[in-house]
Parts: sequence; C-alpha cells; structure tokens
Amino acid sequence: MMKIAYFKPNKDNLKSTLPVGIFLISMGLIDIILNSLFNFNLTSFLPEKISFIAPLIFGALGLYLIRIEFSGNKLLDKINKNFNSSSFNAILTLLVIFALIKYVPPLLNWFIFDADFIGNKKEDCTSGGACWVFVKVWFNRFVYGMYPDAEQWRINSAFIMLFLLVGASFFVPSKYKKYLLIFLVFVYPFIGLKLISGGDFGLKYVETGAWGGLSLTFIVSAFALILCFPIGMLLALGRRSNLPAIRYSSIGFIELWRGVPLITVLFMSAVMFPMFLPDGTYVDKLIRVLIAITLFEAAYMAEVIRGGLQALPKGQYEAAKSLGMGYWRMHFLIVLPQALKLVIPGIANTFLALVKDTPLIFVVGLLELAGMVNLAKTNPKWLGMAMEGYVFAGLVFWVICYAMSRYSQNLEKKLSTERQ
Amino acid sequence: MTKIIELKNVNKWFDKFQALKDVSLEVNQQEKIVICGPSGSGKSTLIRCINRLEEHQDGQIIVDGNEISENTKDIEKIRAEVGMVFQQFNLFPHLSILDNCTLAPIWVKKMPKKQAEEIAMQNLERVQIADQAKKFPGQLSGGQQQRSAIARALCMEPKIMLFDEPTSALDPEMIKEVLDSMVDLAKGGMTMIVVTHEMGFAKEVADNMIFMDEGKIVEKAKTKEFFDNPKSDRTKLFLSQIL
Repeated sequence: MMKIAYFKPNKDNLKSTLPVGIFLISMGLIDIILNSLFNFNLTSFLPEKISFIAPLIFGALGLYLIRIEFSGNKLLDKINKNFNSSSFNAILTLLVIFALIKYVPPLLNWFIFDADFIGNKKEDCTSGGACWVFVKVWFNRFVYGMYPDAEQWRINSAFIMLFLLVGASFFVPSKYKKYLLIFLVFVYPFIGLKLISGGDFGLKYVETGAWGGLSLTFIVSAFALILCFPIGMLLALGRRSNLPAIRYSSIGFIELWRGVPLITVLFMSAVMFPMFLPDGTYVDKLIRVLIAITLFEAAYMAEVIRGGLQALPKGQYEAAKSLGMGYWRMHFLIVLPQALKLVIPGIANTFLALVKDTPLIFVVGLLELAGMVNLAKTNPKWLGMAMEGYVFAGLVFWVICYAMSRYSQNLEKKLSTERQ
Repeated sequence: MTKIIELKNVNKWFDKFQALKDVSLEVNQQEKIVICGPSGSGKSTLIRCINRLEEHQDGQIIVDGNEISENTKDIEKIRAEVGMVFQQFNLFPHLSILDNCTLAPIWVKKMPKKQAEEIAMQNLERVQIADQAKKFPGQLSGGQQQRSAIARALCMEPKIMLFDEPTSALDPEMIKEVLDSMVDLAKGGMTMIVVTHEMGFAKEVADNMIFMDEGKIVEKAKTKEFFDNPKSDRTKLFLSQIL
C-alpha cells in the first residue's frame, strides 16, 4: 500500500506557510466584505455556486496553513487553541465571522445611522431606518400609562423613595438594617400605593385603570416578588411536613396553581372572582390581579425552594435537633439559610419569569409597558410603528432582567463560604 | 453514684429489620462507656435513641429522670442537655466556627450574646482551636472540624456527651488530635458514651466496655476485664480481629 503524504504545516516550514495562510484568509474576508457591503463580487468569473462558497474555501485553506502546533508565537498559539483547533472548528469560526460581517452593519444602520430622532410626528421619519420619534413622543405614556400628567410627580416620588430606602439599606450599620428591611417590606408598600392611588391627604384619587406603562410593570413585579417569596417558603415547608392535613393541602395548592396557565388565572380573577363575592363588595381589579400573580408564582417558588430543602444533607437536621432546636428554629436558623443559598439561580429564574409574565395583565384591561406599546401602535397617526415599539419594550425588559440576573450572581458569590 | 441514663428492654425496628433487641443499660454520672461491635450491630442506633434522633418502639429510656416517649413535649429540653458529636461533623457550613458555637446557646438557652461568645471561646480554647474561631467550617481540616463540633456541643453545657464514631471519617494523622480532646474531656468528669473502634482510647478512658452484635448487648464488663479476659466467644473473635 502506498502511503499518501499530506502536506502538513509545522514549525520548520512556518516561514512559508504563515504568509500564504494569512493571505488566503484575508482574501476570504475581503471577498465577503466587498460582497455584503459594496455589492461587488470578487469571484464573479467563477461558476455561481463555487463563487458563493469561495470565501469559505479560501478561509479554510488559510486556517489549515496557519494551524501550527507549538509555533513559538504566543498570539498564533492562542488563536489556534481557541478558534482553529480542528478543521471543523475552523469552519465554524469562519461562518460566525462571515455572519457578523453580513448582518451586524445593516442592523446598526437601522438602529442608529439611518434612524430618525428629531421631530414629533410620523411624517418626520423619512430616512428609512428606525423611527425613534415614535418612542420619544409616546415616552411619557410608556412610562406612566394613562396616569394624569399633572399627578405624575407622585409616581416619581414613590419610586425615588423606594430607591433611597434600598440604597440606604446598603449603607446603614447592620444593627439598624433589619428595621429598615421590615419597614421596606411591611410599611413602605402601603405608603407607596396610597401615594400613587391618592384619595386622601388632599391627593386626587386616580383609579387603577389609569395606571400603566413601565411604572405598572414595576408595581406589579415588586409586589408579586415580595409576597410570593414567603408564601412559597411556607408551601415548601408544608409539602415536607409530617402532618398529613398540612402536607396534602400544600400539595393540592401547588399542583392546582402550577397546572393552570397564568392567562386563565388572570381571566378568572377578573371575571369569575367577583361572582363569588357578596353583592356590593368590590375588590379593585389591580389587587385581584396582584393576588392572582402572587399565588401563581408562589406555587413555582415553593417547588424551587423544596429543591433546596431536599439537597440539604440529613446531618444538618440532626445536628440542629441534637442542639435542642425545635422545628421553627431549626428551619429559620439552619435549614432555610442554606437551602435558599443553594437555589438562588432557581429563585432568580422564577423572578425573571415573573417580570416577563406581567404583560399578560392586558387580559383584564391593565396596560403595562408592552400593553401601552400595543395601544400606541394602533393609534391611526402612528400605524406601522410596531417594530420600534416592541424593540424598545424588549430592550427595557432586557435591561431589567439582566440587572436582576447580575444581582443574583453577585449574591451567590457574596454568600459563598466555600474555600476559594 | 447516681444513675443518669437508664434503658429498660428497648426494642427498635426499621420496618421488618430489628435493630435493637431487648437492650438494657444503666449509665451513672461521670461514667465513661465505650461501645464497640461490627457494623450493623446497632451501636449507633442505640446512642441515637438516647436523644431521640431515632424513635424506639418498645421499652423505656430515661434520661436524667425524664422518660423519652412519644408524647414527651420536653424532648428539646433533653436534647439540650445531651451533647452529640457525629461521624460527619455536621457543622453548619453557612456560619463561622464561633457562630456555630453560639447559635444554640443564644436561641435555645436564651443566653446573652456576649456570655455565649465567652463560653464559646473557652470551649474552643479547650479543644485548642480558638485561633480558627472566625473561619468557616469549609476552611478547616477534618480534625479541626471535628474538634469544633465537640466545642459546639460543649457550649450547651450538656450533662452527657454522645460520640457516634467521631474519628471514622478522619485521616489517621488527625485522629489523635480529636482523641486528645476527648481524653481531656473525660478527665474533666463528663459522662460519656462513645461508639468507636479506637481501642487505645477505650483502654485509656473507659470505665466499662460494651460489645454489641446483631442488636444485642453481648458483653458488658469493666475495661480491664473486657480486654484481658473476655467471656463470650463472639467478643474474643472480634477482639482478635481488631487488635
């Protein structure tokens, strides 16, 4: 049998293979750039199909030629190790680079270079890119919903107060921290709600139907987040209880709420719930929605926390018991602090899902950010602005969720007591 | 001598498997008892019944004058008086060594924080680990963790200490430092029941030896007699294998 000797680049022929390889790769890149940005085909003399994959062939050959192990050049070694370790990886690398060159510039053009920022009506958008004028004109509505303009300072001050309180909790000495936390969780929500809804203290009453936009997203999310956590915790403990009555009612509750779509729950809270109330009693629509979302998310939270409880070694329970701790002390001092730490990623997951579920409250006629966008795009003066509106809403949601995700990662690091 | 623990005809089943068969035992104050026997013989189950980490189904267990039974509401009170050291240490990994030691005195005995910390430091000093007080369990060696666990149990100022194979999970080099702490504790007059295979330790501190097999106490004797002149053949066989 004859052995076929492939040409293999190595350290000895580095001087000749490296320049050729770099030349071929550059050819591939230049071809793609000319093709996608200037509509000029460098290889038009070739048959159409070969011309189409020509840059890939050039690039792959080039990458093959520069794939030299232990070349002595640190940069080259690093490139080879991370992007060019095999022919398959080389082709993947090329495809990613080509896709970026082809699709990023048009996207940037739409977003920024061809976009319109100046003006105050649809006709001002003439350049063909995104019409950010739409977002600019509707910004106030996107943030405050139908809340009267003259009263918007109340929403602002409620949120500024919240941020100040949260900020203060990072700086006050740890001795007073728990009082601040109790105030934040049990007192502040009522002050904030009263400030926004009004009706007393000379504040004009604003019905909840007028609330909306980003501020409503925050209100609904914050309430549901704060309330679903302790309820979920109790449900998780209940599901592991030795007492059958508590255990089965917890299981029933969790499985009931987990088995129903949120949109159905919201619909029932709006339509069916009032039927069960005695005549004349009235529970505000927003409150019904808050309760529904809270209970729905609490069921998910319960299962996440239960996962943490189950991951905890039995020895921890035994050690706590052997020191004379009863059920509640054992759980609040030993079990829950460790179990919750274990499931921070799961809790963050549930919280993010909750924030992104808030747009569903449109089924009861409440319009938060995405709902307001939906409303604005159907305005006869602004038809055809759906893309800009939803991209804007998507970006805002992404920023909120990414911030929460980063916070949860920091928390995980901060609470870690393992040997680093 | 006053009795502090008394077991009368204790039986215990795990489903159909009988782990303890008619076990009777008396322990006096300041007495040190070492329990040995092959694995699965019910040694651990026996001492875990004494603070009700396991429930016995038949017979009586009386600890410091209180009977342990299904409707004992004072079970937490008994547990606070009976310290326990586990094979796997079971320190609380989210708390520093000092907090591990002060947690139960503060929350169970309602001791002021300052006093609890003083007692904790004394006990950590006693097991020679005071310099590690601010560290977390995950940062310590196995031997240091087990000594911290002993200190944690001592901080509740227990009348009785139970040791469930305290050195079985340790490297040979670390066994000695833990045994030294236990010898020191024994010399201080603590009532101790120790499940262990460390026969050197047993010869040094034990007043009485117990040999268990298949859920029964096969032999109970004074330490010297137990090693020099064991009565039952099963004990002789076991000792010949282990010594």
